[in-house]
Amino acid sequence: MSEKPKRVALFVTCLVDMFRPEIGFAAVKLLEDAGCIVEAPAGQTCCGQPAYNSGDRADAAAIARHNIALLAGFDYVVLPSGSCAGMIAKHYPPLFDDDPEMAGKARELARRTFELTSFLVDVLGVEAVAGASHSGTATYHDSCSGLRELGVKTQPRKLLGSVAGLTVSELAAPEECCGFGGTFCVKYPEISDRMVSDKAADATATGAALVLGGDLGCLMNIAGKLKRQGSRIAVRHVAEVLAGGPLVAPIGESGEE
Amino acid sequence: MHPTSHDFKANAHRAMRDEALQGALATLKKGFRAKRGVAVERLPEFEALRDAGRDMKNHVLAHLDHYLELFEAKVLAQGGHVHWARDAEEARRIVLDICRASNARTVTKGKSMVAEEIGLNAYLEKNGVRPVETDLGEYIIQLRDEPPSHIIAPAIHLNRGHVAQAFVKAHPQYPADRPLGEARELLDEAREVLRESFVTADLGITGANMMIAETGATIIVTNEGNGDLTQTLPRVHVVLTSIEKVVPTMEDATTVLRLLARSATGQEFAAYTTFSAGPRRAEDLDGPSEFHVVLLDNGRSNMLGGAFHDMLRCIRCAACINHCPIYGAIGGHAYGWVYPGPMGSVLTPALIGLEEARDLPNASTLCGRCEAVCPMRIPLPRMLRHWRGREFERHLQPGRVRLALKGWSWLVRHPTLYRLYTMAAVATLGMLGKRRGRFTSMPMAGGWTNTRDLPAPSARRGFMDQWATGRRR
Repeated sequence: MSEKPKRVALFVTCLVDMFRPEIGFAAVKLLEDAGCIVEAPAGQTCCGQPAYNSGDRADAAAIARHNIALLAGFDYVVLPSGSCAGMIAKHYPPLFDDDPEMAGKARELARRTFELTSFLVDVLGVEAVAGASHSGTATYHDSCSGLRELGVKTQPRKLLGSVAGLTVSELAAPEECCGFGGTFCVKYPEISDRMVSDKAADATATGAALVLGGDLGCLMNIAGKLKRQGSRIAVRHVAEVLAGGPLVAPIGESGEE
Repeated sequence: MHPTSHDFKANAHRAMRDEALQGALATLKKGFRAKRGVAVERLPEFEALRDAGRDMKNHVLAHLDHYLELFEAKVLAQGGHVHWARDAEEARRIVLDICRASNARTVTKGKSMVAEEIGLNAYLEKNGVRPVETDLGEYIIQLRDEPPSHIIAPAIHLNRGHVAQAFVKAHPQYPADRPLGEARELLDEAREVLRESFVTADLGITGANMMIAETGATIIVTNEGNGDLTQTLPRVHVVLTSIEKVVPTMEDATTVLRLLARSATGQEFAAYTTFSAGPRRAEDLDGPSEFHVVLLDNGRSNMLGGAFHDMLRCIRCAACINHCPIYGAIGGHAYGWVYPGPMGSVLTPALIGLEEARDLPNASTLCGRCEAVCPMRIPLPRMLRHWRGREFERHLQPGRVRLALKGWSWLVRHPTLYRLYTMAAVATLGMLGKRRGRFTSMPMAGGWTNTRDLPAPSARRGFMDQWATGRRR
């Protein structure tokens, strides 16, 4: 059975673009290995969550329009982030409640937009990643939007199960928010710090040497806390480990220490 | 009660330094969450029940006037009275008038969040009527003169030491050196003291978890039995509740009951589920000779048909509160008014105004756990965002926050400029952070860097920049 290869737009997200391009390249490798033709549309910037979650619906809708036009024509749109994928898939359509034509386009885009691991597993039927190995124990943080808006839970774990040498040791509270919350972490830093301290303690208690997750915002928050505590636990995006290539230093580390 | 919601940040700061509170919150998270999880797991049709509950409430809200009038007619036919209260002031006045008409000096009270909402106790005291809370948690916080910190476990923020202290002060009839270290000892003493009030009270006030339109009955769901003594022993029973709690039929009530205790405490059913329908009839062995229902609106009818309509489905189970990571960090008092947690952050701005409660809808990561556990499937995160939208429209955020947001939103719609800006930022941050891979401080980002490091860009060029020059893997 020969199927036409799927043309996938990779929307890397603003954080990955700026803070950790390796996640984007890992996603490219995973998608290409699974037979996709990957493009990263040049006009991509941000999904609009900062505006949307701050109550600025007008700007959120304007950004959505920009992205809806940008991402038209691809078979799928894939993001290495549950919260940005959730923004497009769940929150773009209701932004156009009073504009049926745009609402239709937003729903059409929503139907072909996926978080990376759920796209690999649920859409492409990937059962295992080829050639990835990582010896040691990792733990996995379920980022909130991916988990509750998109049902991302088993997919990353399934793929991690095929990484040679890797054991996953679950957090006591893997579904507890890490306290990142976009602008929340700087608007309510004290509460955010309490939440991420709990997450760091949970991660430490697992004995794992590595924390993995699917959203860079949460991972920067968790890594930032662990590094401030002087912890040796490494933090990475799940795609980095799944892609199986040479790894750069973990999030918040330089490899020179 | 005078709200302190405008001081949310300071309240939260204090709460996070309150060791007793933090201990209590840790217990609460373990207890309520685990118990709900087990109870839900054991009921295969729980998800279908949630749908049924939601649909039933939606139907009621679409025909609220009809069901309220049906309920009123039934109560009247059974010899009871129904009073309509537009706002807190009217409701307080109505209750006081009933007290005065029946010459009541001491009134016992079952647990009622509506009574907290209208500040009933302080008002009655000011007017010469002594209210005695009979729910143990409510009794304790009444002695301490503080508001509840949780809608179903009002004294959850306290430990046994606090309670013993309050009892020693409030019960001078007992020897000061009596043992009060054990829960049992505290319970026995409260029971003995409250017995006296149950017997002497002239009037009893309870809330209602529901009102049934087809029978004219009100329902209370409790675990201590205090509500039953409050409503059956005195001459007069006043049910103080709010308009959205009506359900059409007995069967609808059972749908809610099956969801309520499981969602709240993880019980299949609360210890006591009590129906009150009118005053004592000739053939009844006991019961009050007068039965009043006070129906409070207080802004609820304004929520009908609007952005916060769905909130009126709330059955006050506290599942959203018990699962909220923010509540879990700061407890209930920090929210500054009667209703804490996600349900409170939606309800409070509607009831006391967005200016006063501006922080509440923002103090959420929108993690969505509240909606995931809500038995009535109330889209709480969506409504928190709605409030943020109202704040934005009304320019209630600080100017610099607004400016930064607007600037970012403009920039992301201009990809060429965005690329130049982010290339410069990544190059600079990447260079400055290269040695350690992170920053321990950063101008304008103290909120982040005061307590955690800020990871630096892992490369000197961003993804899109590298992609544009041909890198693919």
